[in-house]
Amino acid sequence: MSRILATAGTEFRIALRNRWVAIAMVLMALFSLVLAAAGSAPTGGLGVDRLSVIVASLTSLAVYLVPLLALLMSFDAIAGELERGTLPLLLTYPVSRAEVLAGKLIAHLAVLALACAVGYGLAAAAALWADPAASAGLPAMLRLLATSVLLGATFIGIGYALSALSRRPSGAAGLAVGLWLGLVVLYDLGLLAAIVADNGGWFTVHGFPAALLANPADAFRLYNLSASEATAAAAGVGGAAATVPVWQSLTSILLWPVLALALAIAAFRKVIP
Amino acid sequence: MTSTLKISALTKRFAEVAALTEVSLTVAAGERVALLGHNGAGKSTMMKIILGLIPATAGQVEVCGAAPGSAGARRQVAYLPENAAFHPALTGLEQMRHYLSLRGESPSKAMELLEQVGLGPAARRRIGTYSKGMRQRVGLAQTLIGTPRLLVLDEPTSGLDPVSRRDFYALLDGLAARGASILLSSHALTEVEARTDRILILSKGRMVAEGSLADLRRRADLPVMLHVTPRPGAGEAVAAALPGAEPRADGLVLSCGQGEKLAMLARIAALGDLVADLDVAPPSLEDLYSHFSKRDGQ
Ligand SMILES: Nc1ncnc2c1ncn2[C@@H]1O[C@H](COP(=O)(O)OP(=O)(O)OP(=O)(O)O)[C@@H](O)[C@H]1O
Ligand SMILES: [Mg+2]
Repeated sequence: MSRILATAGTEFRIALRNRWVAIAMVLMALFSLVLAAAGSAPTGGLGVDRLSVIVASLTSLAVYLVPLLALLMSFDAIAGELERGTLPLLLTYPVSRAEVLAGKLIAHLAVLALACAVGYGLAAAAALWADPAASAGLPAMLRLLATSVLLGATFIGIGYALSALSRRPSGAAGLAVGLWLGLVVLYDLGLLAAIVADNGGWFTVHGFPAALLANPADAFRLYNLSASEATAAAAGVGGAAATVPVWQSLTSILLWPVLALALAIAAFRKVIP
Repeated sequence: MTSTLKISALTKRFAEVAALTEVSLTVAAGERVALLGHNGAGKSTMMKIILGLIPATAGQVEVCGAAPGSAGARRQVAYLPENAAFHPALTGLEQMRHYLSLRGESPSKAMELLEQVGLGPAARRRIGTYSKGMRQRVGLAQTLIGTPRLLVLDEPTSGLDPVSRRDFYALLDGLAARGASILLSSHALTEVEARTDRILILSKGRMVAEGSLADLRRRADLPVMLHVTPRPGAGEAVAAALPGAEPRADGLVLSCGQGEKLAMLARIAALGDLVADLDVAPPSLEDLYSHFSKRDGQ
């Protein structure tokens, strides 16, 4: 455990020096404030409090931004050590590869959690300041924060796996961008196209919800939208949230980080320095 | 005495390259062993196998009674890679504290270790700003963590200035006296000559010679060079008395086998006044090295 914490401490320090901490926090804060400002229009017609509306739009933002930040922080983790030549020495220390990854994960996750907390916190503060009744949306906000961290853990784990598989930072970066585009952008477009083509058949009823649950980003969106009952404020894929039970999307959100990390450890074990 | 490192019939192939072929050796506690060989001879490959970084193709390796790369072996072995690299954003002190924690030692010993390799004043600067020799010293400092039973050092003195090299070998003497075994590779033959107990020569992945310097001298049986300086005007007479001597600008050079050395010296001494000076040059480590690496080589 002390070895994991030592690794986490060193990695966090490196993230600070590389300005990742600052970049992630500024990015999240900026986008959250923009959304908070945009969401400050009167909401009376919807019958929900102001914060719940902001949580719904933050969810749509986080679904893009959190995986992106997670992949950007993690793609270099193993490929970078290989390229710098620091990996052979590290692997002669009495520390297991799983411990090395666990340490890096804690550090990278801390950076991400910090950025989300700052961004969401600012948005929440703005909403509460404008409308004290918005405190009804606080549980939704906390759920969003917790699941953002889990979503981040998933993509950080996937980033480590890509980093170990490609062995070169440039290759890992390419894979990470491709994966982000695929899972976060193209996946949903593909599903929509399939639904249109299916025209209310088997896929729309059974295949579609399963496909949403299989994608960590979609599961994250489903959970936050259905749990906060702010579905009305969201459009597109979010509309499907009503048909999927909350426990299913929550299970997907909880399983994915474990799976991603297991994948990363398996890929790292195959690396010969 | 139990040996710290035991290797038998070790073979390593990379696709079509035979990096190591049937190499066997043992290193005892407290022994300092130098691994010599041309570029690409397989020195670094052998070290990486000992550390468990790459798998062997065939043969057995036992490190401190454990399998290479096992948790038990890693606890007792320290390694200096051939081009020691560290994260440029960390300071020497932070990097050393990290390594101490990984070995379960107190991070507060970091400064002391850095001072031991002369990095005290630069300890709080980022490694990215260090010179090559300074990075090499961070690498050395991390091998001193804890009490390793075996140190595997790949070209430890590359990039070090002459004074630091001397200090480095003094450090090694201390470690060996405490019972640690040391396996180091080097291209600097003269320093290895004076500061190690045993020499191994690899050539194209094969062990072509192994033993103490005296052993190797005896086995190679290279000629001894005798440099005779005649008195002014006596050149002709000395040359006539020593057939086979090669005239040089400043005297005559004779080469003779180890066995004939004393007889030859007696003959030269018998010339008495005709000879002004005499130098005897035993074969150098360079000569031994090229003798052994050529035998099986090109
Ligand atoms: N990962 C690898 N893949 C393929 N061939 C390799 C690999 N590593 C080493 N080799 C080959 O194995 C041989 C031995 O290399 P090694 O690095 O052990 O040499 P060395 O004795 O350390 O040389 P030097 O004095 O230059 O450091 C070389 O022919 C090298 O090309
Ligand atoms: Mg080498």
